[in-house]
Amino acid sequence: MSDRELVLGSIRQALGVTGREAPRRKVVADRLEGHPTGIVPERGQLEPKTRIALLAEMIAAAAGSVAQVTDLAAVPGAVADFLRRFNLPLSVRRGHDARLAALPWQLEGALEVTVGASDGQQLASVSHAFGAVAETGTLVLTSGADNPTTLNFLPDNHIVVVDVNDVVGDFETIVARLRRHFGERQLPRLVNLITGPSRSADIEQTLILGAHGPRRLHVILVGEVRR
Amino acid sequence: MTETTSQRFKQNAHAALADADLQRSLGVLETNFIARRKFVADKLPEFDALRDAARDIKNHTLAHLDLYLEEYESRVVAQGGHVHYAATAADARALVLDICRKLNTATVTKGKSMIAEEVGLNDFLSEHGITPIETDLGEYIIQLRHEMPSHIIAPAVHLSKAQVEADFRRVHTQLAPDRDLTQPEKLLAEARAILREKFLTADVGITGANFLIAETGTSIIVTNEGNGDLTQTLPRAHIVLTSIEKLVPTLEDAAQLLRVLARSATGQEMSVYTTLSTGPRRDGDPDGPREYHVILLDNGRSAMLAGEFRDMLRCIRCGACMNHCPVYQAVGGHAYGWVYPGPMGAVLTPSLIGIDKAGQLPNASTFCGRCEEVCPVRIPLPKLMRFWREREFERHLSPAVVRSGLTLWAFFARRPWLYGLVTHLAARALALLGRAQGRFGWLPLASGWTRDRDFPAPEGATFQALWRGRQ
Repeated sequence: MSDRELVLGSIRQALGVTGREAPRRKVVADRLEGHPTGIVPERGQLEPKTRIALLAEMIAAAAGSVAQVTDLAAVPGAVADFLRRFNLPLSVRRGHDARLAALPWQLEGALEVTVGASDGQQLASVSHAFGAVAETGTLVLTSGADNPTTLNFLPDNHIVVVDVNDVVGDFETIVARLRRHFGERQLPRLVNLITGPSRSADIEQTLILGAHGPRRLHVILVGEVRR
Repeated sequence: MTETTSQRFKQNAHAALADADLQRSLGVLETNFIARRKFVADKLPEFDALRDAARDIKNHTLAHLDLYLEEYESRVVAQGGHVHYAATAADARALVLDICRKLNTATVTKGKSMIAEEVGLNDFLSEHGITPIETDLGEYIIQLRHEMPSHIIAPAVHLSKAQVEADFRRVHTQLAPDRDLTQPEKLLAEARAILREKFLTADVGITGANFLIAETGTSIIVTNEGNGDLTQTLPRAHIVLTSIEKLVPTLEDAAQLLRVLARSATGQEMSVYTTLSTGPRRDGDPDGPREYHVILLDNGRSAMLAGEFRDMLRCIRCGACMNHCPVYQAVGGHAYGWVYPGPMGAVLTPSLIGIDKAGQLPNASTFCGRCEEVCPVRIPLPKLMRFWREREFERHLSPAVVRSGLTLWAFFARRPWLYGLVTHLAARALALLGRAQGRFGWLPLASGWTRDRDFPAPEGATFQALWRGRQ
């Protein structure tokens, strides 16, 4: 008998079922298809403006930093401002994301922008988020050529661009948007939920930022809320 | 992996109480974990309702586990991943080795995985010529020391920074001997630099999983360091080494559980990295593993579904029970003698390695109930420990002195008039004898108590007599 049959058989024996019972199968099929929503905290149920304020507050509480600009043209300047503030080289790496590609990077002439995944040699990267969750100050990034996963983890400084219209109050709303975008029962290879910069408290419970991932997480909120 | 010493819990506990370094390190539990958990739990009005929801989701999943496993498996396969079942720890080890060998693996990076600890993976891989490298800072430190984790989410919580410094100097001999390692920041920077190199050159990355989602065939890891993400993103293959009870039905269900996990574990609103992984690298992806394997370990869990220990399978490994346990706080994790310490270990360890080896663990509890009070999935841990005590007694595994003591007590308890008479006489006699000092430094048959503290002298009447007087 294969280990698969052994384990499933053992589970069924313990539960006293065969696995063929129609009512049980229906319960499972209904749950997967209906994916009922559980308890959603009040905290995130806000008007767009206060929701964005809550997001910024929660990101700061998780030791991230936030800048807000009204239009995309201001993003390269905000990126350069962040790098200058920490005396970092004016160089960032980004993926093929069309929204990032379309930015007027030439406005910041001194800023070098390279494109592709990270091999660990870059000090700063820029990603475009799929969205953000105000409830906990969490950024939602999806893998792919547009925003390579390595850019989220290898560079010391991670800059994330978030469209204010992609800021939601709670995880359930993000889950619904992921489903709409990628299809029922589908997800991209990775969905990274990121809340603040990397940290460890493994030595005497002393919290230190920058364990294996970025030491700094900077969020640039872009745009105005669509009515 | 070091040997199992659960059968020597009492000796281990005595040694732990006498270990000054350990006692200093354990002092942080109260101020950090407990205070932080309370702070974030109080900030979320729905927290207790979410705990009920989390309990219900896990119960529902366990009752339909066979079907959700099939659904999960079909989604992983549809995304180009592989699912392997492992009935025993040995099966899981063999599966990992087989995958590694097919990829000509020299080194494996590892994210933190309690299942890897449970199956003793590191020693096994080393014996077969594959170098495993722990990348969670705490796990890396205990790997250097050849120890087991002493806490399920803070593996090196028993160590001081001076001990870590000594280990780094002993092992990192390629670095300047006079370098400054006095601050935790310096220790972390050194580990980060050494491990960064390992991440970039490893052939296979192994992580555990906090949750598996049947709806999408997704595995979730929750970390703060980012080591799990580098472990699973950079090598050619990602192996998720996990167990069957980690399943939840949908993304919505996972959201409910995530809301109680980080708050209960580290007292964070959300851990820094919560990563949902679904299959290997897709067409057009510039990074990510080419192969994605999931190993689903049973190792005694399916048998737990049948009886009173099914509740234990709800456990999401947050560690809140041990943080709040007065016994764990006093003796630390290593005294428990195996992979899982504290109250959750006192219930789980006998299920996994046998009550004959782990019988002392469910006895190492005052039944104060704090573990159940804080458990995010409301596992009745004291009740389950009591079940083990009963089984131990039924199987005649309890020590002779405990058995004869219980027999003696039962003799009186079955004869209330005699019980009342004897306790009345004993209380009177002790009150008389202890009148001068109000306490006893020594009592016959009670040296187990009086060796470490005085026994207070009764004031004359038994509780039952006082109770009757007040009615």
